[in-house]
Amino acid sequence: MTEMTTSSPESRSSETRNSLIGRPIGRVDGPLKVTGRATYAYEHAVNEAAYGYILGAAIAKGRIVEIDSAEAERVPGVLHVMTYRNAPAQPEFGPAVTPTVPEVFTRARPVLNSSRVRFYDEPVALVVAETFEAARAAAGLIRVRYEEEGGVFDLPARLADAYAPGRTNAGFETDSATGDFDGAFAAASVKVDATYRTPYEHHNPMEPHATLAVWSGDEVTIYTSAQTLANFQAGLASTLGIPRERVRIVSPFIGGGFGAKLIVHADTVLAALAARVLRRPVKVALTRQQMFANAGHRAEMVQQVRLGAGRDGRLTSIGHDVWSATSGFEEFCEQTAVFTRSLYAAPNRLTRHRLVPVDLNRGEWMRSPGEAPGMLAFECAMDELAERLDLDPIELRIRNEPTEDPERGVPFSTRNLVACMQEGARRFGWERRNPTPRRIREGRRLIGYGMAAAIRPNYIGAAAAKVAIDATGRVTAHLDMTDIGTGTYTILSQIAAESLGVPIAAIKIELGDSRFPRTAGSGGSWGASSAGSALHHACSALKERIMEAARSDDRSPLRGADAAEPIFVGGEVSVGNRTVSLADLIGRIAPDGIEATGSVAAGRNTESYRTYSQHSYGAHFAEVAVDSDTGEIRMRRMLSVIGAGRILNAKTARSQILGGMTWGIGAALMEETVLDPRYGHFVNHDLAEYHVPVNGDVMEMEVVFLEEYDDKANPLGAKGLGELGVCGSGAAIANAVYNATGLRVREFPITLDKLLPGLPASAI
Amino acid sequence: MQPFTYERAGNVQAAAAAVATRPEAKFISGGTNLLDLMKLEIERPTHLVDISRLPLDRIEETPEGGLRIGAQVRNSDLAADPRVRSRYPMLSQALLAGASGQIRNKASTAGNLLQRTRCSYFYNRNMPCNKREPGSGCAALEGFNRMHAVLGASEACIAVHPSDMAVAMTALDAQVETTLPDGKARTIAIGDLHRLPDSTPHVETALGHGEMITAVTLPPSPPGRQVYRKVRDRASYAFALVSVAAVVEKSGDRIRGARLAIGGVAPKPWRTREAEYVLVGAADSGSAFSEAAESALAGAVGRGGNDFKIPLAKRAIRQTLAVAVEGA
Repeated sequence: MTEMTTSSPESRSSETRNSLIGRPIGRVDGPLKVTGRATYAYEHAVNEAAYGYILGAAIAKGRIVEIDSAEAERVPGVLHVMTYRNAPAQPEFGPAVTPTVPEVFTRARPVLNSSRVRFYDEPVALVVAETFEAARAAAGLIRVRYEEEGGVFDLPARLADAYAPGRTNAGFETDSATGDFDGAFAAASVKVDATYRTPYEHHNPMEPHATLAVWSGDEVTIYTSAQTLANFQAGLASTLGIPRERVRIVSPFIGGGFGAKLIVHADTVLAALAARVLRRPVKVALTRQQMFANAGHRAEMVQQVRLGAGRDGRLTSIGHDVWSATSGFEEFCEQTAVFTRSLYAAPNRLTRHRLVPVDLNRGEWMRSPGEAPGMLAFECAMDELAERLDLDPIELRIRNEPTEDPERGVPFSTRNLVACMQEGARRFGWERRNPTPRRIREGRRLIGYGMAAAIRPNYIGAAAAKVAIDATGRVTAHLDMTDIGTGTYTILSQIAAESLGVPIAAIKIELGDSRFPRTAGSGGSWGASSAGSALHHACSALKERIMEAARSDDRSPLRGADAAEPIFVGGEVSVGNRTVSLADLIGRIAPDGIEATGSVAAGRNTESYRTYSQHSYGAHFAEVAVDSDTGEIRMRRMLSVIGAGRILNAKTARSQILGGMTWGIGAALMEETVLDPRYGHFVNHDLAEYHVPVNGDVMEMEVVFLEEYDDKANPLGAKGLGELGVCGSGAAIANAVYNATGLRVREFPITLDKLLPGLPASAI
Repeated sequence: MQPFTYERAGNVQAAAAAVATRPEAKFISGGTNLLDLMKLEIERPTHLVDISRLPLDRIEETPEGGLRIGAQVRNSDLAADPRVRSRYPMLSQALLAGASGQIRNKASTAGNLLQRTRCSYFYNRNMPCNKREPGSGCAALEGFNRMHAVLGASEACIAVHPSDMAVAMTALDAQVETTLPDGKARTIAIGDLHRLPDSTPHVETALGHGEMITAVTLPPSPPGRQVYRKVRDRASYAFALVSVAAVVEKSGDRIRGARLAIGGVAPKPWRTREAEYVLVGAADSGSAFSEAAESALAGAVGRGGNDFKIPLAKRAIRQTLAVAVEGA
């Protein structure tokens, strides 16, 4: 269930009441999806499409000595075998670090351009055939001989070799230091110094990476599954060496992204190359197994969290050190300790990010980069500190609630972390938790409660929107925004309908085409705020244009209306005491319709971002049952209380938080990609062996949104939401496991084999 | 997946003969395992004989009071059969603990018995695997072997048999009926169907090429309480780390009869007769369960990642026996 509460001082119920924005309406694209009429990347139908299948390298590092495709080329239906020897020229990959952050997204990503093998399963050939089956069968007949070089893959043993990158992902400072951390930590009365490990993880969206490339002259149209169309357009144009204007990206429906579809991958590049060579459309999809090496991952990390406190429970020192694996040829430094800079007060602070190169493909932005692994460690360390202080974990956090951003020294825009924790404690029955572990038993099961805080920065990306109204009063908006399953079509419909005072049914939102006005796409939980604000401004501009015409046009029933503020509501426009139907008005003054555009600038360029620390917050609660014989951990309940500004749609927002909480279960209890250091490959590279939570794991979940309106964030009052559910929720579960068992597992995921040695011999 | 020819068999004998005449031919029924393996080219049959529509889809009473389960009975139908649910509840529990609803709707009884290991190295053609490519070595021995066998394995192969259904059937003393290519029939005790790897892990069963399973016969339901317990990493759609199929019959506070089979720990469903001897006649106490568990795992060898399976299996056995006697 979902509820809205009014416990927040920032609530602006007068502005939000009766608004279409916030209402829990169902997805406007839902019927298309459940009836199979929403067309996904690989499903786009064109005449004469050929099918490509990628053959990946059998080694992790080395060089192709010989590649024999003669047998493959003889397979009936095979049209082309592309290898590094005959692939069209592409630019060199270039340095491991781009000069600027945005270039990470736009740089050329050549495929099949060298005999070098940089990582296991890197594409070494593309077979294109009349059918997918022929292409796949032919790929199995290609013989490749390699000269293998030893790769390096270990992280924990090589921490001493780590280097400090120039910046983290998203351009944050690599390190931060305030006061005298070492001195304060050494002198602290109560300390935690704990090291946590998190494994390689993979995004695993349901829809694999897939592309259909169609050339027309020297322009190419790419039907693909992309979160950010502009990135795909720029990245592919760079790789093909053609102007961006000649690349059109179409991605109206996306079967999940989780950060794995922010940049072009081999499917897109190879489809475009092969389609140009063959002069016919080509489809290429990654198989599920291929996605593990070729579509991004979260790197393995080691994190040391050091917390020093006085006996009064006030933190004197916070240290968060992160060592992460990174690809040697392309650096990716997840901003794992960046949230620590804003979460709790303490005069002496230290955060650092270090990298250890390994012979893997680059890491990518996975489901709340930074917070997801970082909070898993940090919020467990807070639980450990609470126990040493003999303090309730919520009380510990309240005692360290800062009055301003602890490192930036600027006020918070809105921050309801304490309210989230208190509301959650009340609803969850937190008082039933026994602070001493192993005290609650139900038959053979040990029951535990845990909680953790959630924080996630509120980003806003540059975005534009175009909106038009026709003479029947129908409204169409165009943005190159994407709906990756989050509900973007729906919330944008609500924003436009609310702004223009027309029913949802009169709104048509067109997304997922790079010909539409450019947005920041879906990623970093910024899609709703960025695209929504741009659309809001476009609708405001449209109303102004309508009123300009309405006041001046001879045919207008509102001609000469006074300067009073017009009110658009119920499909009508009112000025003073004159009211007309909007459709009627447009029909008279603009039979061809009226359109307008709107935009927002990137948040970091705004005064509001410089003067306020902007984050969304939440509190997660978890109850687990642990089988005292076998160590199996099963969820019983979860609750998340969220303070993320104005909620644009209580239903789709709830779904997003539920998804994040579910990923929290995955991170805490099951998700782990095993890297075999002998071969450099991810061993469990399918959905049978890489475990994500299934329905049976999820059990009861509740989401509560605090009523909040953040007028510093954007004109909608909303803040980033999508990833908040995974921030800290895994730590709440890990803390519940500790409360149930008295066993603190610091190596994620917490699987039963890690609990077994600590479980007393069966008491049957 | 390499190209193959396909035929739909008209009757059992024709099916067996059709496979027997081609060395690279295979039977296919639900295809839930074989097709996956063919897509990855782990299996490369040149001819498939479809037996899914043969009239082997009935569950019948036997004169002895048992059940004869046609080889083509789907896993979901078998699990839902009222006679199975009332007389062989552990079989129903085991089936429902395996795979997913969609897979159970397709998978056949015989196919479930003959499914192949899910060892990650077996599934990856770039890796050494004696089962897939005899003589190439075993990457799991020194690799990621958390899911692997602690009993019955060899230096050539430590893969486990993944079936849940087969573990319950093993505890129930099922018999496997087959038809040979020459039309003759034979019966194999389920414990003799699967072979241990020794030095030939690619030879997985006692079946000859073209020999086709037609039915699985269950003897009359054994007295006592049946429990199937599957321990796994998530609540559904995960292979067993350890599973336990137990039948316990009590007389007063003594155990009159016991059967115990364990899964997820060996290259075949693992019947533990020694543990049964320990239990029969013993008091239904924790110490008897512990002794049985120790006996069941005697000789178990961990390979690093799977070391935990030894204590886990013991704990799971103790718990399952305790649960079984509570209601026996």
